[in-house]
Amino acid sequence: MRWLDEPYHRLRPRLGREVTLSELVDAALARIESREPKVRAFLAVTGDQARTQARAWSARLAAGEPAPPLLGMTMALKDNLCTRGIPTTCGSRMLARFVPPYDATVTARLAEAGAILVGKTNLDEFAMGSSTENSAFGPSHNPWDQAYAPGGSSGGSAVAVAAREAMAALGSDTGGSVRLPAALCGAVGLKPTYGRVSRYGLVAFASSLDQVGPITRDVTDCALVLNVIAGRDELDSTSAEASVPDFTRALAGGVAGLRIGLPAEFFGPGLDAAVKSSVLAAVRSLEAAGARVQDVSLPAVEYALPTYCLIACAEVSSNLARYDGVAYGHRAAGAKDLYTLCARTREEGFGAEAKRRIMLGTFALSAGHYEGFYRKAQQVRTLLRGDFERAFAEVDVIAGPVAPTPGFRLGEKTADPLQMYLIDTYTIPANLAGLPAISVPCGFAAGLPIGLQLIARAFDEATLLRAAFAVEQAVPPLPEPPL
Amino acid sequence: MRITHEVVDHVARLSRLDLTDEERRLFLDQLNTILSYFAKLDTLDTEGVAPTAQALAGENVFRADIVTPSLPVEEALSMAPESRDGHFVVPAVFEPDDPERTR
Repeated sequence: MRWLDEPYHRLRPRLGREVTLSELVDAALARIESREPKVRAFLAVTGDQARTQARAWSARLAAGEPAPPLLGMTMALKDNLCTRGIPTTCGSRMLARFVPPYDATVTARLAEAGAILVGKTNLDEFAMGSSTENSAFGPSHNPWDQAYAPGGSSGGSAVAVAAREAMAALGSDTGGSVRLPAALCGAVGLKPTYGRVSRYGLVAFASSLDQVGPITRDVTDCALVLNVIAGRDELDSTSAEASVPDFTRALAGGVAGLRIGLPAEFFGPGLDAAVKSSVLAAVRSLEAAGARVQDVSLPAVEYALPTYCLIACAEVSSNLARYDGVAYGHRAAGAKDLYTLCARTREEGFGAEAKRRIMLGTFALSAGHYEGFYRKAQQVRTLLRGDFERAFAEVDVIAGPVAPTPGFRLGEKTADPLQMYLIDTYTIPANLAGLPAISVPCGFAAGLPIGLQLIARAFDEATLLRAAFAVEQAVPPLPEPPL
Repeated sequence: MRITHEVVDHVARLSRLDLTDEERRLFLDQLNTILSYFAKLDTLDTEGVAPTAQALAGENVFRADIVTPSLPVEEALSMAPESRDGHFVVPAVFEPDDPERTR
């Protein structure tokens, strides 16, 4: 079991000497079995496939094949990433029995790189939410205190990594869904630049904002996973041609001379005092390591949340139109005409949050409201991009909190959708501007981890990871979660 | 602005959601709360600002016009609630009472 308690990059040199692939996979599956009753990170555990994969890689290596970069990394995938032959439910009754006939590009790339899929993780339905409580299959639990939400929507992926059930996981981040649960569970979570990672096979939520990203134990493992999943994909026309460096090479460069911007808008009223002091202490540690800190201004951030809600919901209303009971997914029984078939299927298949967002988006796009809501939001998005452009003329990285509080209890915010949306206030701007952003653990308050958020220029994940690595070196490591 | 039950019903129909009465009441309240929060955007002057549809929009992306293998029909239909002769089956669109069509 001890192999599961350190980051992958430390285990890797000992793989094959102290532990075989099959032993490692067996240990990971035993760990999952013992901890799942407490944390419920997984919707499905793929034990048989994982054991088969371990044996297959052992045979390939014995036949003289070179070891791939992520050999033996036990991996959990958010259940909105398609896995050929393995159910992909999106945490929805609509897709409860859906088995994709193809792999997402990230699924295929990880498999080729030697990562071993151990299961599919829980999420808010179709990745819409900030707590995993919108899952049709029940919530996941924060490993630091099981009465607390793990954050969302990639809550299961963050829990699986933080509870040491998987060495790494992928999530998707549309408004903070990788960074928020990573922060609340004490893991590293990266949202890459829009277009950096292929979205092919990621079930669509809001296509202009969605991006797949790794959740890992530390920054080095994050760089290792990004190396494998980044890059142009013919199957996603929005994936970028930008060249992919070896992100692990950037890490140790240090932060001497790095310019860090602190936007006043990230530190205003509503930010918990413990989070604020922890985040500022982490920034001071970067300063002590040679970085230069200065104020920057992002005035449109104040308008980011309503802008995001309108744009995301509009895209939801369009993307979720495909669930009509015809091609795949749930179909209502007994409907005699097409309208009834569709409307009943959707009523039965979607949960409350999906319906709420479909309604909001449909309203915002409907005749008479398009100009005042949707187009207005798109214009504010332009202002926000401009704010970031001006800030990045002066600084290399922007720092702030991930979440306004260290965490919240399960059930605490479910009755008030707006309060739930407000948790994403600090993460949403990076999605609207398409920028890479990372959450890295920076402290601890009342038994719960706190995350520092760093944002960088488009396609400059190398600088982002270098700064995050410096934070990781400077702050005390988190203790083991009490499981 | 405040929306009414009539607006909720209209939007539910556009959205193809056969809402329960309880959901209609709940969404009326919640949508009004959320929409009043959105009114914050009205305080921002965006006169003459071009809209952004995608943050890092590139040029059009083309590929060579070459036929490549795609998902076989059987696999594409494998998850369909009902299929026949290589097609998806739905209730009759124009003649719901025609037994031949709804079979």
